[in-house]
Amino acid sequence: MPLRENPNQRGQNDEGQRYYRTLTRNMVLTIILVSFIPYVIVTAILLYQFHASHREKVIAHLEGLVKKHKQNIDAFLKEKLGNLSSLAKTFSYEELSNEEFLKNRLEMLQQAYGPFFVDLGVINARGIQISYAGPFQLVKASYGDAGWFKSAMKREYYISDVFSGLRGLPHFIIAVRENWLGDPWILRGTIDFVAFNNLVEQIRIGQTGFAFILNRDGELQTKPSYPVRADHEPYAAILKREKRAEDQVSTFEWTDESGVKSIYVTAFLKGGDWVLVFQQKVSDAFSDFERALRVTMVVLALGLLAILTTAFLLSRRMVGRIANADREKHMMNEQVVETGKLASVGELAAGIAHEINNPVAIMVEEAGWIEDLLEDDDFKDGANLKEFRRALAQIRTQGKRCKEITHKLLSFARKTDERVLEFDIGEVIQDIVALSGQRAKYSNVAVKLNLDNALPKVRLSQAELQQVLLNLINNALDAMEKQGGSLEINSREEDGILVIEVADNGPGIPAANLGRIFDPFFTTKPVGKGTGLGLSICYGIVKKLGGEIEVASTVGVGTTFRIKMPLEKIKAKGSENGKGE
Amino acid sequence: MTIAKVMLVDDEVPFVETMTKRLTKRGLDVASAFSGNEALDALAKNQAVEVVILDVKMPGMDGIDALRELKRRYPLVEVVMLTGHATVESAIEGMKLGAFDYLMKPCDMDVLMGKVQEAAAKKRQHEGKIIEARLKEIATRRV
Repeated sequence: MPLRENPNQRGQNDEGQRYYRTLTRNMVLTIILVSFIPYVIVTAILLYQFHASHREKVIAHLEGLVKKHKQNIDAFLKEKLGNLSSLAKTFSYEELSNEEFLKNRLEMLQQAYGPFFVDLGVINARGIQISYAGPFQLVKASYGDAGWFKSAMKREYYISDVFSGLRGLPHFIIAVRENWLGDPWILRGTIDFVAFNNLVEQIRIGQTGFAFILNRDGELQTKPSYPVRADHEPYAAILKREKRAEDQVSTFEWTDESGVKSIYVTAFLKGGDWVLVFQQKVSDAFSDFERALRVTMVVLALGLLAILTTAFLLSRRMVGRIANADREKHMMNEQVVETGKLASVGELAAGIAHEINNPVAIMVEEAGWIEDLLEDDDFKDGANLKEFRRALAQIRTQGKRCKEITHKLLSFARKTDERVLEFDIGEVIQDIVALSGQRAKYSNVAVKLNLDNALPKVRLSQAELQQVLLNLINNALDAMEKQGGSLEINSREEDGILVIEVADNGPGIPAANLGRIFDPFFTTKPVGKGTGLGLSICYGIVKKLGGEIEVASTVGVGTTFRIKMPLEKIKAKGSENGKGE
Repeated sequence: MTIAKVMLVDDEVPFVETMTKRLTKRGLDVASAFSGNEALDALAKNQAVEVVILDVKMPGMDGIDALRELKRRYPLVEVVMLTGHATVESAIEGMKLGAFDYLMKPCDMDVLMGKVQEAAAKKRQHEGKIIEARLKEIATRRV
């Protein structure tokens, strides 16, 4: 049946499109949500765990490092102090006041411990440097007003902050106070700033990790690798901290004005006077994590991209298949409706046929009775006797016509022999052609057969196939009745489909009628010649057998009916390629 | 003696009436019945009926059932089946059950007459043979 598209259908199509789009979207969203959420959560948990443990490890490492260096520095200062202290205690003020002796001592210290002591000096209670050994000319220099001297005089020993002093170079002093004949004196040593600086400067970790020492007033005691604004936060906060326990190492993070977040590890030195600060940018300190994070993010992004692509492609393909299935179902429904229509038309026709048959029989018999009566002598001389006879004959003729119609209707509704048999298609075609041979001869039609003998045997209702073929052949013969022609019947296999063609070169079917020829009761034959059921029956049977029936026709050229049946469905078992002979 | 004694059985009263007139006019002795049961009852009273013209499709007891019962009771009575719808199945069924022949409504009067005469002749032949056999049996009976 040709499908006529109407605007209503197009509206339904739009609705269908929308439905499938929604379906696609929902599927995509579901797939994405279901795969994304656990994926992201698991990744986040792992990252967090890794971050936490990595951070712990990094901080522990930094704290250990700072602690070790703090101990090193403290030990260094203690050792230098010890050096001076033993010198002051071992030798007398007089001995040490001798410059040669002092120089000698300095050389010995430098040889024993390295070039940490730059110079040594002995200073009396008034702050005058009595003797001096070192590279500068500082004999008789007066330190009476120097802060460190005042502080040193108050204690047994003293370690100064870093300052420039008389020599104009940064250095710091270690001083030991001793008494000589009731007067205090001081043995002073200068620590080489560069050497001391190295102790701290060698604490380098990563790209940005460095260390330096601040004194109580926030002045730099060593030269940091990067500029440090020691008077700014967070250093002030570090110095303000009350707890200055010796072994305490504290860690915190701070974001400076430029938004760079750094990690600070601090430890107090020199009895809380100095603070060793190690600082490193967080991004650098946790660079391993950052790298892992970057890799993870890339993998995550790729994974998400893959999920997205899969979700889209999969959903599109699935919905495409669903749409196809729906379309097929829809078509099947239409076919079922079509077959149902045919069936109900058939039942209706059978009912009508039964009901009409009896009245027609009675009418014909009554007419026959009148005919009988006309035989009687009373009517023999009737003027219109001839006319009566003609009318009654006509009634009988028309009654017979009614009978033919009802019988055809009944056969349309009647169950044909549906027994499925195995048989050879070619033989059935030849049988039917033989049956129609006489009629073809009268109609001056040449019948030509092109049968493929290699066709496999089929399992079908033979009666039904015969009916279809006979109807098609009868139609062709009817069409060519007047002028004769040729009828060609072909059978062959095309891609697993059995094709049977019934082609005539009759007048053809006008395009306007082509769409309706399979409709029940549609006929172009003269009144009384056709019931319009033949092709309808053919259509019903072929569809029922799982095949298709097509028609191609050109006015003036001819008409070809083509029956297509999938061999897969109708092929006889155990018959792969039929018989060859 | 009439050409044949027939009984017409059909549920369509006008059909039966007209056919009765037409068949009578053609020299048949026609009895009528409007259902299978009625036909069987009428046959019980009127043993002379030779041929029954029986409609297949009737309400109540249909033609095939009536035929079966009729043949059981009166095996010699011949039956011509008459029907509005000719199906091969019911024709075969009728023949198996012993119907003489099968005709489609509306049928040609001459054809019907021919069939009835053939059926009657067959019945008379059967009866003749039976009488002959009995006579033979009586004649050869040993005392």
